[in-house]
Amino acid sequence: MSILINKSTKVITQGMTGKVGQFHTFHCKSYANGANCFVAGVNPKKAGEDFEGIPVYASVLDAKKATGATVSVIYVPPSGAAAAIDEAVEADLDLVICITEGIPVHDMLKTRYKMQGKRTLLIGPNCPGLITPDEIKIGIMPGHIHKKGRIGVVSRSGTLTYEAVGQLSALGYGQSSCVGIGGDPINGMKHIDVMRLFNEDPETDAVIMVGEIGGSDEEECARWIKGNMKKPVVGFIAGVTAPEGKRMGHAGAIISGGQGGANEKLAVMEECGIHITRNPAEMGRTMQKVLKG
Amino acid sequence: MKIHEYQGKEILREFGVPTPRGVACFSVEEAVAAAQKLGGKVWVVKAQIHAGGRGKGGGVKVAKSLDEVRQFAGQILGMRLVTHQTGPEGQVVRRLLIEEGAQIVKEFYVGMVVDRASQRVALLASSEGGMEIEEVAKHSPEKIRTVRIDPVTGLTDKEGAEVARSIGIPDVANAEAVKVLQGLYRAFVEKDAMLAEINPLIITADNRVVALDAKFNFDSNALYRRPEIVAYRDLDEEDPAEIEASKFELSYIQLDGNIGCLVNGAGLAMATMDIIKLYGGSPANFLDVGGGANKEKVTEAFKLMLKNPSLKAILVNIFGGIMKCDVIAEGVVAAAREVHLSVPLVVRLEGTNVELGKKILAESGLPIISGNDMADAAQKVVAAAKG
Repeated sequence: MSILINKSTKVITQGMTGKVGQFHTFHCKSYANGANCFVAGVNPKKAGEDFEGIPVYASVLDAKKATGATVSVIYVPPSGAAAAIDEAVEADLDLVICITEGIPVHDMLKTRYKMQGKRTLLIGPNCPGLITPDEIKIGIMPGHIHKKGRIGVVSRSGTLTYEAVGQLSALGYGQSSCVGIGGDPINGMKHIDVMRLFNEDPETDAVIMVGEIGGSDEEECARWIKGNMKKPVVGFIAGVTAPEGKRMGHAGAIISGGQGGANEKLAVMEECGIHITRNPAEMGRTMQKVLKG
Repeated sequence: MKIHEYQGKEILREFGVPTPRGVACFSVEEAVAAAQKLGGKVWVVKAQIHAGGRGKGGGVKVAKSLDEVRQFAGQILGMRLVTHQTGPEGQVVRRLLIEEGAQIVKEFYVGMVVDRASQRVALLASSEGGMEIEEVAKHSPEKIRTVRIDPVTGLTDKEGAEVARSIGIPDVANAEAVKVLQGLYRAFVEKDAMLAEINPLIITADNRVVALDAKFNFDSNALYRRPEIVAYRDLDEEDPAEIEASKFELSYIQLDGNIGCLVNGAGLAMATMDIIKLYGGSPANFLDVGGGANKEKVTEAFKLMLKNPSLKAILVNIFGGIMKCDVIAEGVVAAAREVHLSVPLVVRLEGTNVELGKKILAESGLPIISGNDMADAAQKVVAAAKG
């Protein structure tokens, strides 16, 4: 098991024929069972062609009908990325992973509105994607730092997720699935949504939750954990030193009106029974201590 | 991206929101001429800077004669205006707004934000005009009315009327208030705003509803389709280092510490600042070189950090995924040579091609201190900064 994706998942790549799409599709296809997972690309102008043997279709719906794929990953540039999500939702896919960074917020507001009542799940935008080690990698993370195992990872950041994964792998702890939910203020799945899945996954024993300043998703997740989570959770929040009112790289990482600060988040998480660390170099060791009791 | 009040009012008028008549001015002479042209007996001389709290800092004055307009314009233009939002160094005033005076009967607050939790645009309205909404939220949250707006219907007449009534706008002005709220919503959506505030929105003696102030912040990701907003950009209001950084697609924010940080990824960049602080140091900046850093970008990043006179040491923290450690190492070595690096440099590399990267650093002949992991690197750079 794992969450959301596994070695049998069939994936459509939207924006596969662009430079970024080609680069990452090549690496995803080369990882574990990728050659069998990445079955289609979409580009209306290049339908009938192929990239690395992966056929290109005119639309997500065509690609789904032809291949039976249920998941898509998006590398479409920002101006067209929200429309790409809409298309995948219209095609009634199970899951859409949007890697694209820089989508206008008002585009995402409209897209999220259209997603109401639809069953399609969204991860991202502005995220590294997700991976189930030794089975399938969908996104831009370096596959080789991961190791198959029983720890779940959920994070708003890219490289900080790799840091957490790297620490776990170095200590011998593999991962069940690692999910980057992205750094944008208006996104799809939140920490809490991913945490629910890890809670129900029989092959996940514990979870590392990495957050950052801005919004209150981590607090909401922490309160849910307190009442529902059956497994230990280790938490870190980036941005204790971030000044108020400044956007720290990610569009969603801003402390405004005294809200969304790292210390406030850490306090709520600790209160809810999450094993927090204030040291980003100690995420793996904190998990080790928790598991060894 | 922020804009000036007078620019915000131009946008509001475009969407049918009444504002006082006013003229933007760049000199005392222009200010006096503007007051003459506006006519009347009372004018307001307002400093135009991007920070709030201008009134308390002495940047807003009411003039009762043209002589006073001249006097106040002279005082305010060129002054270093310090408010709670500018920081202690303040901001030099280079532009003025000269407006006709308004007869205020009562002040209100209206604002709009992108609400993350509901994933809607939220309208905030309050009877407590003229105060900062954060203060109202802290001390009397019951005085703030919030409406999460349906993107298909927009702000409906019924919602608008109800909000106006609930914050105490008199019934005689209700219809006009609804038009203001709807105009603000349309401006917010059609111009890709992230935040908009009218504080205060006033009722005049003759029951008109007028926006006495205008504050906007726009989504930088949407500027490609809003050339009219980009035209409002005032580089004098932005940090020169941040402007320079944006030319090279670097995300840079200057802080008040002395340890420069060069990191790939926003989350890791914040975490790097945090760990420096945790080990007793103080970060000089936030700097995310992004996923596609090359030699040129790394060199520019070094130049930016070195412009900071407080800089005592630099920490490079890279988790190479797509970005290979050997490429970064070559960039660091070339940059250190080009800028004749004068402060200690600690480098921590992890990820793809890490051994090759470390080898390049070791063989460079440069006095680079190698960090084994994030904690080791942070401790070493803190020690180096203390000399």
